[in-house]
Amino acid sequence: MFTAEYSMNLAWFILLGILLTGYGVLDGFDLGVGILHPVARTDEERRIIINSIGPLWDGNEVWLVTFAGALFAAFPDVYALAFSSFYTNLMIILFALIFRAVSIEFRSKHKAALWRQFWDSCFFLSSISATFLFGYIIGQLFLGLPIDAQLELHREKMSFIELYPVVTGLLAVATCAMHGSIFLYLKTESELQERIHNWMWHTYGIFVMVYILTTIFTLTQIPSATANLTRYPWLWSVVMVNVLAIGNIPRAIFLKKPGYAFLSSMATIAALAALFGIAIFPNFIVSSIDPGLSLNIYNSAASKGTLKTMLFIAVLGLPFVVSYTVIVYWVFHGKVKLGKFSY
Amino acid sequence: MHLDVVLLSRLQFALTLMFHYIFPPLTIGLGLLMVIVEWLWLRTQDTFYKSMALFWTKLFAINFAMGVATGLVMEFQFGTNWAIYSRFVGDIFGSALAAEAIFAFFLESGFLAVLVFGWDRVSPKMHFFATCMVAMGSLFSSIWITIANSWQQTPAGYHIVKSAAGFWRAEVTDFWAMCFNPSMVHRMLHVWLGCFILGAFFALSIGAYYIIKKEHTRFAQTTVKIALVYAALSSVAMLVSGHFQADAVSVNQPAKLAAFEGHYETGTGGTCLYAFGWPDDKSKTVKFGLSAPGMLSFLVHHNFTQPVDGLDKFKEEDRPPVFIPFQSYHLMIMLGMAFIGLSLLGLILLKFDRLFEQKWLMYIYVFSVLGAYAANESGWLAAEVGRQPWVVYGLLRTKDGVSHSVTGEQVLTSMIMFAIVYSFLFVVWVMVMNARIVAGPPLLEDLAKEDAKIAPDSKKGVREFWAMLGHLLERGPASLSETWRGPAPPMAGQIPEKLSEGKSDLSGEDNNQEAKS
Ligand code: HDD
Ligand code: HEM
Ligand code: HEM
Repeated sequence: MFTAEYSMNLAWFILLGILLTGYGVLDGFDLGVGILHPVARTDEERRIIINSIGPLWDGNEVWLVTFAGALFAAFPDVYALAFSSFYTNLMIILFALIFRAVSIEFRSKHKAALWRQFWDSCFFLSSISATFLFGYIIGQLFLGLPIDAQLELHREKMSFIELYPVVTGLLAVATCAMHGSIFLYLKTESELQERIHNWMWHTYGIFVMVYILTTIFTLTQIPSATANLTRYPWLWSVVMVNVLAIGNIPRAIFLKKPGYAFLSSMATIAALAALFGIAIFPNFIVSSIDPGLSLNIYNSAASKGTLKTMLFIAVLGLPFVVSYTVIVYWVFHGKVKLGKFSY
Repeated sequence: MHLDVVLLSRLQFALTLMFHYIFPPLTIGLGLLMVIVEWLWLRTQDTFYKSMALFWTKLFAINFAMGVATGLVMEFQFGTNWAIYSRFVGDIFGSALAAEAIFAFFLESGFLAVLVFGWDRVSPKMHFFATCMVAMGSLFSSIWITIANSWQQTPAGYHIVKSAAGFWRAEVTDFWAMCFNPSMVHRMLHVWLGCFILGAFFALSIGAYYIIKKEHTRFAQTTVKIALVYAALSSVAMLVSGHFQADAVSVNQPAKLAAFEGHYETGTGGTCLYAFGWPDDKSKTVKFGLSAPGMLSFLVHHNFTQPVDGLDKFKEEDRPPVFIPFQSYHLMIMLGMAFIGLSLLGLILLKFDRLFEQKWLMYIYVFSVLGAYAANESGWLAAEVGRQPWVVYGLLRTKDGVSHSVTGEQVLTSMIMFAIVYSFLFVVWVMVMNARIVAGPPLLEDLAKEDAKIAPDSKKGVREFWAMLGHLLERGPASLSETWRGPAPPMAGQIPEKLSEGKSDLSGEDNNQEAKS
């Protein structure tokens, strides 16, 4: 089925994967920081935690914006169908992301305890619900959607209370919490850091449990998930990377090498994203009515010309993006120090 | 219950977009102002300009966060509410949105961090660079979004074909013709000027407020001076640009022009131009209006007698509504004229050294910023409602662009939520901005004290960077965790002498040491 004619489509499938991975790896930790935020005890600790992501979260979220824009451009049919199908979920995500953005900004603007408590709870609730829903949507995509030949969703045939998406949602929360705790460990010091050390172990434990649960669920409920692994055995290397990365996290924590632990949890997220891509390839949205009606990289792409122009834009733009990212992470490296310009 | 999905989606789109459009124009307008102020600081080394820059930065950051939060909604809404439209334009529109994100948003958000949090982390020059990059990024993002919007007003560089999934859609044939479609360049300049006007009047309003309160006198007077020049230049340019806009509309979208002018019947002889009025759909006339006879004919055809096409020349189903485009268009123009008058008057009074005594004028200036917001919003309202009933002009009707799988209840719920959340956020935003403005710019003495504490060391960042690279090369990613772990690394024994020296540089600890020494 795959021919050179479609190499552009494949390139965009991979590029979208890279954008999504970038989002998961980067925004993953700041969502996780939001999820862990209530565990802090004093106002100062809260401020340290928020300021650890203060300068970074906005740039991280741009990966999501770029992903949505690129999906719109490269596979308009997928963008249209997926976004309108997940209308309610996406609206909640939007509200969550709105509240997340403004609670970081507004929290510091008044000292009143009630004001701060309000924005703190907004920050926590929005972080956890956005994360959960991202995972939920991915789970739904795994299961497939009732789509007909008109590319229309049959909402009445969609059951919203399936267990599987809930499990993937929990996996997303657990992953981000773990990723966020390691990040916080890197950015904090002394007493707070010691407590975060414990959080790392807890979140890791929870992550491993949910991960195993999800794996069992996936293998039993969605037999097609491993089809590509059987077809292209070399892809097992991704599974290997995933397992090694997960295994390396406790080792690195134990050896007091949190930098390694952070790299490993980044690799874990990247591998999970890659596994998702491998499992659905070449489809984006599987039709649960008739698999033949699925939207895949062949039948839903933009025109050849646009795919080429966009690839050009991406190749031109990505080096810049990487360099800004490096500059910003560089300028704000090191432990969080509360100062005049902090939140 | 039957709910009209099209109507609800339109209302929701208008609501969310107009809310989004409160913030970006200020980002763009203030961005330029901050570049000017910081440049003055670098040139003169006068801490006073730094205090100005610091003050604007705070307001800028709050505004920006709102822009980001509401912008994300826009990016998603094409897919959620306008699925058919997205399918139709994706090939064209999507690339503009993706380019916007790659070229503009990363630039903006990255350097914004340096701009807001980096005052004590980077050298003044680097900070100025970051400010320039943020200002440039916000201009870039408006370019791409304006391309997208202009294309749907005046499509160009495309052909209509059947996609692989069997739907008709527009595909790009000529990328540059698509970008530089007939209304793009005019619109871009016009939108930018609108942003600059807003930035100028925003600053003017704050300056005038301090003058009335007799606070921060130097800050207030300098701000008013800079803002008046900024406002006068952009308002006068706006008149020229507005003329080109109207000219372009008369060529590209004659039905829209007829709606702007409440021109129902073509009639014979010259067509008049209204200064204001009350268009009435029933009698198909403009009531209580003041008009210049033959003037519209003159503007369109360059003579006073040839009639301009009225709405009756267009098929019933192709006619835009009249009332909203008419009123919002005229409001924008009146405000534009008022801005020219207000800013020139201020400059003249300034020349004769009389400006700061005119309390009444200062009061007008304080509230003028509301006019600048209103002009921006009403301009879009005119342009977008005047485009109806088309969502892509001449190609796709608005009612055909909506998502089929979304139900009225869903849209109604989300819209109510947007209304509640946005009203709440709006109030908080005003409160927080207001508190900042009332608090005023930082005191010069405080700044001077701090500057003395943070001894500028412009090479430090560069030195640290090479030290980190050295670590990475020598000992791999593990070095990252050591540099981050804070004081007293247990593995210190293994670290070669000279690197461990560089390392303490990285721990952030030495900030304090330097401050002490
Ligand atoms: C401070 C804001 C501001 C001010 C003072 C003006 N405008 Fe404006 N106008 C805008 C802000 C704006 C805008 C928000 O930027 C719009 C909306 C869409 C667009 O292209 O620009 C716009 C649209 C717009 C359009 C519609 C373009 C279209 O539908 O394609 C016309 C014909 C004009 N303007 C003309 C004028 C004239 C003759 C003005 C007299 C001085 C004027 N504008 C002042
Ligand atoms: C690139 C920028 C823009 C795009 C792509 C765009 C696109 C659209 C679309 C798809 C609709 C819905 C269909 C319709 O009712 O016409 C719409 C409607 C509307 N937009 Fe825009 N728009 C843009 C900029 C703006 C801005 C900045 C504003 C104002 C602040 C605005 C104001 C409106 C309004 C008021 C409507 C409702 C029109 C009606 O209901 O009759 N638009 N626009
Ligand atoms: C429907 C159309 C629009 C969409 C989809 C959209 C999308 C977005 C998004 C996603 C952001 C957040 C970027 C970030 O995360 O950093 C944003 C911010 C911004 N938008 Fe919009 N936007 C629209 C209309 C407009 C218009 C008409 C303009 C100006 C002419 C504009 C100018 C900006 C600017 C300058 C920013 C960054 C500054 C700020 O956030 O205040 N946008 N937009």
